[in-house]
Amino acid sequence: MTQVNEFPVSQNADKVLDHFTLFRQPEYQALFKRKKDEFEFGHSDEKVAEVSEWTKSEEYKAKNFAREAVVINPTKACQPIGAMFAAQGFEGTLPFVHGSQGCVAYYRTHLTRHFKEPNSAVSSSMTEDAAVFGGLNNMIDGLANAYSLYKPKMIAVLTTCMAEVIGDDLQGFIANAKKKDSVPEEFPVPFAHTPAFVGSHIVGYDNMMKGILTNFWGKSEDLETPKTEKINIIGGFDGYAVGNNRELKRIFGLMGIDATILSDVSDVFDTPGDGEYRMYDGGTTLEETKEALHAKATISLQEYNTPQTLQFCKEKGQEVAKFNYPMGVAATDELLLKLAEITGKAIPASLKLERGRLVDAIADSHTHLHGKRFAVYGDPDFCLGMTRFLLELGAEPVHILSTSGSKKWEKQVQKVLDGSPFGKDGAAYGGKDLWHLRSLLFTDRVDYIIGNSYGKYLERDTKIPLIRLTYPIFDRHHHHRYPVWGYQGALNVLVRILDRIFEDMDANTSVVGVTDISFDLVR
Amino acid sequence: MSLAVNKDLDVKGLVDKVLEAYPEKSRKRRAKHINVLEAEAKDCGVKSNIKSIPGVMTIRGCAYAGSKGVVWGPIKDMIHISHGPVGCGYYSWSGRRNYYIGDTGVDSFGTMHFTSDFQEKDIVFGGDKKLHKVIEEINELFPLANGISIQSECPIGLIGDDIEAVARLKSAEIGKPIVPVRCEGFRGVSQSLGHHIANDCIRDWVFEKTSPVEGFESTPYDVTIIGDYNIGGDAWASRILLEEIGLRVIAQWSGDGTLAELENTPKAKVNLIHCYRSMNYIARHMEEKFNIPWVEYNFFGPSQIAESLRKIAALFDDKIKENAEKVIAKYQPMVDAVIAKYKTRLEGKKVMIYVGGLRPRHVVDAYHDLGMDIIGTGYEFAHNDDYQRTPHYVKEGTLIYDDVTAFELEKFVEELRPDLVASGIKEKYVFQKMGLPFRQMHSWDYSGPYHGYDGFAIFARDMDMAINNPVWNLTKAPF
Repeated sequence: MTQVNEFPVSQNADKVLDHFTLFRQPEYQALFKRKKDEFEFGHSDEKVAEVSEWTKSEEYKAKNFAREAVVINPTKACQPIGAMFAAQGFEGTLPFVHGSQGCVAYYRTHLTRHFKEPNSAVSSSMTEDAAVFGGLNNMIDGLANAYSLYKPKMIAVLTTCMAEVIGDDLQGFIANAKKKDSVPEEFPVPFAHTPAFVGSHIVGYDNMMKGILTNFWGKSEDLETPKTEKINIIGGFDGYAVGNNRELKRIFGLMGIDATILSDVSDVFDTPGDGEYRMYDGGTTLEETKEALHAKATISLQEYNTPQTLQFCKEKGQEVAKFNYPMGVAATDELLLKLAEITGKAIPASLKLERGRLVDAIADSHTHLHGKRFAVYGDPDFCLGMTRFLLELGAEPVHILSTSGSKKWEKQVQKVLDGSPFGKDGAAYGGKDLWHLRSLLFTDRVDYIIGNSYGKYLERDTKIPLIRLTYPIFDRHHHHRYPVWGYQGALNVLVRILDRIFEDMDANTSVVGVTDISFDLVR
Repeated sequence: MSLAVNKDLDVKGLVDKVLEAYPEKSRKRRAKHINVLEAEAKDCGVKSNIKSIPGVMTIRGCAYAGSKGVVWGPIKDMIHISHGPVGCGYYSWSGRRNYYIGDTGVDSFGTMHFTSDFQEKDIVFGGDKKLHKVIEEINELFPLANGISIQSECPIGLIGDDIEAVARLKSAEIGKPIVPVRCEGFRGVSQSLGHHIANDCIRDWVFEKTSPVEGFESTPYDVTIIGDYNIGGDAWASRILLEEIGLRVIAQWSGDGTLAELENTPKAKVNLIHCYRSMNYIARHMEEKFNIPWVEYNFFGPSQIAESLRKIAALFDDKIKENAEKVIAKYQPMVDAVIAKYKTRLEGKKVMIYVGGLRPRHVVDAYHDLGMDIIGTGYEFAHNDDYQRTPHYVKEGTLIYDDVTAFELEKFVEELRPDLVASGIKEKYVFQKMGLPFRQMHSWDYSGPYHGYDGFAIFARDMDMAINNPVWNLTKAPF
């Protein structure tokens, strides 16, 4: 038991101590010890240390990889958040999530924490009675309220797993709500069933994109209209969409390409701080979306986000092409060549110059990248794009992991690895999670981890530095404003990786008189 | 400080104007949730704990959030399975800053996300079989976990799974408590029912099935902290004061808490309740069943802290009462210095609050201690008894809004132009775009602790940081 004046007051008005330093003060250290010793009845330090070591072993890894049921720290969310993201990229669009209301609070929170921007979506707030009788009335009242209050140009309806389990029929419900004048008959209300127990957020993205296009492109007589020279681009669920979409538009401008980005969140998730809150800003206009049917081609930059959508575009007579989160020199080359091939526009000298500058930068830094071993995790397309870029840099992708990854994806990654001598130690892990990755990192170490903010726990446990390059990034700010696509984007990625390598190098050579012989000024 | 707020404003007129945007039926319903506090009012005059209207952008969450996210999640030595599809656990993974000490993944599991990741076949054929396997795998991979809770997501209650049967069977098999929680998100109208269900599960599956830990010896000075989730270390900054006045905090519910602490709680002499809304149920149960009295306290701001310390000490002997005075005196110089430094920068600033079920009233006097005025406040998921406790803190003329919609809050703030909005992450950027200072009052905006004397200094610094940052002068371009 502590005595009243055993410790002086550490807190100080001049230099306020918050959680970073307050709890390191002796009075709190003593408190922690007392709580642990007298009240927690936990395991002995020896036992904890022993089990901790065991979790790092080959034996543990084998048990860990034998898991069939429990998923621990996955790299995937559920369908609706992907559908919401897709819908939010359209002009004046309010996502309407049919089902339990808590889900919407979660999606909005997650996206807001990443983009540091407001995120608007409504729920039909279904509860027990709706579980029994169905959510039709929630749809009727909900659409009317959302339409009156938030004055959207479009309401995109998606579902939570509750509505899916009880089998609510969106098409019928929306038609019913329109009959009851919840929204005008001609008001666009595209929809997508997005069961959380099928696929993940990237499937939800695909479902909503197809739902919105179906809404605008549905009428078959439109197919008679000849195709234009325009093309459509679909970015997929992308935490860097703000920077990436702007970079794509810059490239289109340089090439003279008339392109529509279907679901463009770049201005939606980056509104100015000028005293005015814009609930809606930017986004693909509904007119453009409608016209996009007549585009000659649709290009997806994330294959695994768009299988159904691309199939749909194909059925509408469009040429389609798909990429896997194109990062780096060759992936950008391929994208530009494809754009040139489809549109007949030449790749301008200015882009060639950017390419040259990127290659020059890589050459300048290659000594720090060559042979460095990496673990990469995230969405399937991101992993593919990142792996390719690492191989270009002479780095060695070793563990490539995606909870949303399929067998087909594993083969695709393997093919990329097989294409380079730097890929010889690499392996793809589809359907695995970050607790699997923890075992991999302990038993087959790498130099760096590339992933998102959730990777910080792996960094803490393994002491392997983490480079945050994919959604969600909660604990670093504003990265999403910088592109990672195109030659400029590749340069950004290169610098992020190099910065982390150099910081790590300095941190490991900073003990005076011991390791600081290598604390070089010039690197 | 004045005795009333919003004196020269037609706040009632503003409310009517804002509500005009709703369709008739919804306008009538929403009107019952908004009021302007009258002088000498016994409660706030608003309806509460009622279903949210569809389509209005309520800020509320669900029962799962109330159970897994609030009550159970912080119990650090147990593994909490988000049972159902992958999303719920993913979105609530590490979001709430329930600080704890432990070896994560070995003997503590607070910042991990365990899910049964339901697939279509689990929905069609039921998930009990999978749950068996999930528990077996957890037991093998995490031998030092002291128990498991099953946090039900929406589908569980809809497909008719029998998680209680699984829990009983597997608990006997692995020899550790397994707690099935029926906190499906569609139950109730907000997080609040999730708190209640979670409380009931502690009653039925911890108190009823386990007993105080062998070797635990009680003393006449044993108390518990109930309803403190240790956001940014709040419970520690509270515990230290209780220990200093000579009490033994035998359990923390549930921030940095352990199963043993839950089990030993019936040995307490008094249960001290901070978040009344989320944990009054278990306190009432223990009063009935074990004759343990409970008392509400408030550790936000020096006025309330001193009052609470005296109130708590009054339940014990003279030694404790003397100690309480000594502790208050010990921290007074630091508190005086904090107020001297920050009050001049914050005096007269107007605040609008919108948070969960406790803070919309509990933090009010901390603002008053800094000379600030609350001109509007409201709860996401309060009940009548919370609104009855609120007039004690806020002044005549305060705008009260229950389950406010994003639309209403935006309009109220636009018209009343407070100097600070204190709410959650979903609201933060809306108001910052308007050029208004903002603090998150769920997560302490990644700061904290805010409880206790140590926390008050941080609270004061943070409010000053928000209001007096030069960025707000840059909002308008000079061209």
